Amino acid sequence: MAAGFKTAEPLEYHRSFLKENCRPDGRELGEFRPTTLNISSVSTADGSALVKIGNTTVICGIKAELTTPPSDAPNRGYIVPNVDLPPLCSSKFRPGPPGEQAQAASQFIADVIESSDLINMEELCIEKSKLCWVLYCDIMCLDYDGNLLDACIIVLLAALKNAQLPEVTINKETDLAEADIQKKQPLKINRLPVGSSFAVFDDSIIIVDPTAEEESLSTALLTVVTDEEDRLCAVHKPGGTSLSGEKLQHCINRAITRNKEISKLVNKVTESMKTAK
Amino acid sequence: MTLMSATKGLCARTMMELDQSYSVLREYGSEQSLLSKPDGSSTFVQGDTSILAGVYGPAEVKVSKEIYDRATVEVLIQPKMGLPGVRERAREQCVRETCEAALLLTLHPRSSVTVILQVIHDDGSLLSCCLNAACMALMDAGLPMSHLFCSVTCAISKEGQIIIDPTARQEKECPALLTFAIDSAECNVLMSSTTGSFSVQELQQCIAISQKASEQIFQFYRDSVKRRYSKIK
Repeated sequence: MAAGFKTAEPLEYHRSFLKENCRPDGRELGEFRPTTLNISSVSTADGSALVKIGNTTVICGIKAELTTPPSDAPNRGYIVPNVDLPPLCSSKFRPGPPGEQAQAASQFIADVIESSDLINMEELCIEKSKLCWVLYCDIMCLDYDGNLLDACIIVLLAALKNAQLPEVTINKETDLAEADIQKKQPLKINRLPVGSSFAVFDDSIIIVDPTAEEESLSTALLTVVTDEEDRLCAVHKPGGTSLSGEKLQHCINRAITRNKEISKLVNKVTESMKTAK
Repeated sequence: MTLMSATKGLCARTMMELDQSYSVLREYGSEQSLLSKPDGSSTFVQGDTSILAGVYGPAEVKVSKEIYDRATVEVLIQPKMGLPGVRERAREQCVRETCEAALLLTLHPRSSVTVILQVIHDDGSLLSCCLNAACMALMDAGLPMSHLFCSVTCAISKEGQIIIDPTARQEKECPALLTFAIDSAECNVLMSSTTGSFSVQELQQCIAISQKASEQIFQFYRDSVKRRYSKIK
């Protein structure tokens, strides 16, 4: 009987739960789904991570290549993130060129990397104007159940923390780059940006970590990215119904608490990798 | 063709960009119904940034894109040079969702509303100018909306000063850039897009400043509509 009601009137079905301050999967309005993190799963990549927030599964692989630095910034390297939403993860994505959601997500991740000063780009430069690293971060969603942006940020952060780059020197005689695969250095991560996504229902109720169903029924979506110093790196609300100042402040406070939870998780997993070695 | 430009009561930014004029919008103006083919069209000029917008709708929609109970909104942003890339897609998403919230889409099920924005010149505050041009074009097309929207960009300088409606040069120098779309009904934040890092207090200040500046732009919308329709006998 409930399944019939859910199919016929999905909005009313969700509203009946929200009235009791809970959600169909039993969560509180401010509760995140269980988050699990696994790093170093892809052996062919220089750094990799897999994150699961509830059912949403996102994997990231980092490949480092050598190239010449940009002419307008000769002492900096590149980070090129790319978010891919293949038809595998959800029936709403068709095969073909990346859709708007994937491209907007890629741009958002690139902005977060830039805004949060995650990695010092100057460190990726090996020799000014001659040689630098370019880190290709391929983020692929394997199972889409809402809250893509949070998962992408966590998986990117974990993969970058896990990445090891070989030491590169330029041979003075041949003027070619030589990479020493035996000596590997991890990247220096300055900040720990963590995102929290919210969905607004009926212009008044705010829920945290929406599932794909809740996202499709919501009237607005908001993602807040904070770093460990409680500074905001991004407040991303691409439209939808309006949000008052107090509700926005409430979301920011929740995002700050979430930052602490996820930082602990990422640090725990990175430490466990080190002790395992 | 109706030409409206707001010159009275608004200080134009001086060439030297003195300190005291930082909390003022640049001189802005708009022209509507300038293109014959689109159902609605407008240009919006903020300082040197200029956007041309065209709206087609409600029109036929491809079966793959149709929604059974609402109109489908599509936004295309054409940059000044080259083909649209990932950056334009992200801006299109912001403009599209803001328009979807403002338009009464349930009045035109299985139809499409297409908004095309052409960048004529980019001198900072590009996303804001796109949103303002889109709103004026939607009004020109006569599409039913539940409220109007306008957009303001704030930049936070290295010293912590908030600059409203920054030029391209100011945007490059400032570590943080925040763009907000404000609605006309309750003056709340409809859309928010930020780059750079900033504190919570700075965010609240920028929102308050944007809400105040949006009142000027909404007054401009009202005046332009009043002036336009008072000519019709």
